[in-house]
Order: sequence, then C-alpha cells, then structure tokens
Amino acid sequence: MRCEDVADLLSDAADGSATLDRATRRHVDRCLRCQAELVQYRKLLRALHTLRTEVLVPAPGLLSDILATIEEAGERQAVRSILRGRRVAYVGGIAAATAAGAAGAILFANRVRKSKVRLAG
Amino acid sequence: MPQEIGDLTELVTAARDGDHQAFEELVRVTYQDTYTLAYRLTGDEEDARDVVQESYLRAFKGLKRFRGDAQFTTWLYRITANCASTHLGRRSKHRHDELLEDAPLADADPTHDPQMRTEGNATRTRLNAALRDLPPRLRAVVVLRDVYDLPHEAIAAELGISESAAKVRLHRARKELRETLFPLRGEEAHEEGDRHAV
Repeated sequence: MRCEDVADLLSDAADGSATLDRATRRHVDRCLRCQAELVQYRKLLRALHTLRTEVLVPAPGLLSDILATIEEAGERQAVRSILRGRRVAYVGGIAAATAAGAAGAILFANRVRKSKVRLAG
Repeated sequence: MPQEIGDLTELVTAARDGDHQAFEELVRVTYQDTYTLAYRLTGDEEDARDVVQESYLRAFKGLKRFRGDAQFTTWLYRITANCASTHLGRRSKHRHDELLEDAPLADADPTHDPQMRTEGNATRTRLNAALRDLPPRLRAVVVLRDVYDLPHEAIAAELGISESAAKVRLHRARKELRETLFPLRGEEAHEEGDRHAV
C-alpha cells in the first residue's frame, strides 16, 4: 500500500466519519508521513471547530437595515393580505349580484311565459 | 454557537404566529452569528451584508414553513448558505473573484477560552487567511461542514450540488488548508517518512 492510496482516507479518519481498515491502519502505523498527515488533519479540524466561537462584528447599521427590510416586507404582506381580502369580497359581491340577476331573470321569464299561456287560453 | 444563544423556541413560535416583535428579537439575537457565516462564505463585507439581509427576508417569508424539527439557527444557516451561493454565483458572472482583504475578527468573549489567546490565536489567524484564499466553492463546503457542522446532505442541497460532489470538495478544501497551514512540518515529515521507508 502506498501513501497516495491512504491520503484521501486520512481526513475522514480524523473527523471520525470513517474507520481505517486493517491494511490501511498497518500502513499508517509504519509510515511517519501518513501519521504526520493524520495529526495535521486532526489539528486542522480542531482549529476549524474553534472558529465557531468567533464572531465577526459587522459595521454599524446592519441591524437597522435588516429590521427596516423586514418591516417593509411585513407592510407589503399586510397590504397584500388586505387587498386579497378586498378581492375576495369584491369577487363575492359580483358573484352574489350575478346570482341575484340570474334568479330575477328566471322569475321574470317564468312570469312572462305564464301570462302568455293565460292569454292564449 | 459563538454567543450563547438561548432557547429560541418561544420566540420562533411567536414569530411564526405573526408576532413581528418576536421576529425582530430573533434577528437581534442571531444577526452577528449569521453575518459571521455570511462573511466566511463570501469573504467580503459588502457581500456578507447583502447575504444577511436577503437571508432574513427569506426567513421572514418562509417562517411558517419552518417545522421546528431542526434548530432555528441551523435552519437559518441553511438559508444563509443558499443565499451566499446564489449571491456568489450571480457575482461571478459579473467579475472575477478578487483577492480578499483581511477583516478584523472579534471574539465575542475572548476570556472564555484562554488557550485561544496564545498559540491558538496565531493558528486561527493563519487559518482565517487560508480559508479566505480558498476558492469560494471549496471554502463554502469546509466552512459549513467543519465549522458549522451541517450534514453533507444539507450542504449539497443548499449549494445545489450532489452529495458526492460536496464530499470531494470537502477533501480538496481540507487538503489545501492542511498544506497551507503545515507546509514545513509536512515536508519534514515526508523526508522522515522517506528515510523510514529506506
């Protein structure tokens, strides 16, 4: 087994996401180069993990910018919801008026038909 | 978390029920953390600000879809990663990646880990520089996996790549970082290894 065959497995072994098989372990046990790389990966991963404790402080104004954006979006949402409500009421009104008109037309047609029948009789 | 962000469940529930004050409080508590991630992903202050604003806007609009089966911060990281990826994709169409300048990093509570103030500080400074030198597509994967602990599946989904591509990028990023951070020791080790082999 050559170091090149092992190289890709070392970082996974360092983060615990993979375990080395017996042949690979035997190679690493005997190879200072691979041992050194494994140690370096472990150090690297520890260092990367400590970056979570760092906070980059943004230039002033970011918080107020975010809040303003959210407020604007909230207002837009509210307006949209009002308009949606009005649209429903408007469409509902039109539907009701149409239904009433249709009913009226049917009644009128019925009356006209009945009066024609009476005249013919 | 860089800062002790307490349990956000109540705030998230209130915000999801339409309480704008609760959402604003969520922003106040998390925005520095989100900015830090955005900066690490984009490597640029202006880009990071844009990404953060876009992220909170998406979070605000999509909060009702947040099921609460993950932590709110993890959900926010995923949104931020997605926004950063979109932003960088859009930006790379307009201009080449510029060399990134150092930006000051401030520890929220430098006293809580004294080790970091000594040798750890030097390593972290070099690590930050090495991260900024990585190509953005490699940097994104290693930051999301090794700093923010997102699973491969989530990283792949938010960056719009396959899970296997995410893993390949992670290997390449770690290798580049290792070679940058440990060049001399690496060479010494190789020489020793060669001697050992002989």
